[in-house]
Amino acid sequence: MPQLKPGEISMGTTIMAVQFDGGVVLGADSRTSSGTYVSNRVSDKLTKVHDRIYCCRSGSAADTQAVADVVRYHLALYTAQHGEEPTVKVAASLFQQICYDNKDNLMAGIIVAGWDKVDGASVYEIPLGGSIHKLPFTLAGSGSTFIYGYCDKLFRPAMTKDECIEFVKNSVSLAISRDGSSGGVIRVAAITEDGVERQIVHGNNLPQQFLG
Amino acid sequence: MAPLLEPSTGFKFDNVKRNQMLADKGHLLPRATKTGTTIVGLVYKDGVILGADTRATSGPIVADKNCEKIHFLAPNMYCCGAGTAADTEFTTNIISSQLALHSLNTGREARVGAALTMLKQYLFRYQGHIGAYLVLGGYDVTGPHLYAIQAHGSTDKLPYMTLGSGSLAAMSVFESGWRAGLSRDEGVELVKDAIEAGIFNDLGSGSNVDVCVITKGNVEYLRGYSTPNQRVAKEQTYRFAPGTTEFIVPNATAQRSEEEGTAMDVSA
Repeated sequence: MPQLKPGEISMGTTIMAVQFDGGVVLGADSRTSSGTYVSNRVSDKLTKVHDRIYCCRSGSAADTQAVADVVRYHLALYTAQHGEEPTVKVAASLFQQICYDNKDNLMAGIIVAGWDKVDGASVYEIPLGGSIHKLPFTLAGSGSTFIYGYCDKLFRPAMTKDECIEFVKNSVSLAISRDGSSGGVIRVAAITEDGVERQIVHGNNLPQQFLG
Repeated sequence: MAPLLEPSTGFKFDNVKRNQMLADKGHLLPRATKTGTTIVGLVYKDGVILGADTRATSGPIVADKNCEKIHFLAPNMYCCGAGTAADTEFTTNIISSQLALHSLNTGREARVGAALTMLKQYLFRYQGHIGAYLVLGGYDVTGPHLYAIQAHGSTDKLPYMTLGSGSLAAMSVFESGWRAGLSRDEGVELVKDAIEAGIFNDLGSGSNVDVCVITKGNVEYLRGYSTPNQRVAKEQTYRFAPGTTEFIVPNATAQRSEEEGTAMDVSA
């Protein structure tokens, strides 16, 4: 069972991705911690691996950054080698291959989401062991456990882009308020055929909720 | 019998068994010199400012009261190092030489992102066993950049950051004092205050403040910018007047006995 080595930076995290007709919306908190100290309170866990393919990273910061860098390199070369843009499925498969083959030495829980011409919008989850799951929406990270019920109840397959963005903001906000390893700002990325739109919700603008 | 083939590069683990045997017999291993340390970096209007304290510790002893923790990487890039002193020194040296070759190969001034990638991939390969925690700052064609690199190979890009045992003390100063668009003097003062917070509140940090200001095409290395721990003049003198010690036998020399053992052969 992979564990964080002593002193290794952890991305406690709440990350999620939601598919809608025409694109995907990714969301994440921004806290990376080293033990009880928050080493970066504004980190960006939504990492671009290709023009319209992003990944959400959770687990060990070092491991996920290294894996994402390798995948980004392969996808950059893909178009030159294959004569067409890589699909989200290709990106997810690359992630899976690395995470599975090195499962003993990695602690990486990754969500791959994006838009491509062949399959349209796709969301893939690659948890710790290196299995791959294609889903309409998915959550990961330590904070996700607190919002499974909320997300299962509220998700609808036919949401619009703006409804998805609201859904993601509300969900991550609830997870942040209950999970000590999640916090900071909420980063949102909406990927469609037209490109990537990035948003940020600061701590003082979080959606309304019970605060005690 | 064929000669043992030794790897010409990389770590050698020959002494592991010997060290274990010595430790079992009760001989404590010497502890690696750590830099304890407070190191900081911030981005201001015209570039980046790096700061560091100057204490190197070996366990509870101060091994070096005035060591240099701001390492040269390239003419436009410097790197503060915390963690194991030897690791930060050699890691920055290795990447500095790789950057010099890279610069000659490409015919361009090296970019901070290049140094970042080289450092993070080097440290990730060693899975955290090289204890180097670095604050990398520089100014290249794309502007000023500041990165934090952890020993396991993760990196963060931030407008201000602190690392080392005194990082919490220094971060409290930054969180209350940093704002976007600081002037050079404001930035240097803030860095000095942050390092001094580490020096006075963290046992692993001490002595002086080194500051390095990196702007477009220019680097100001301010070694010993602030020296708040200078030794005070001693209150008394320990000189004894000649004649204090009384001789019983005046001008006596040591009696050498000839028969004991053979003299050491120093002919070679």
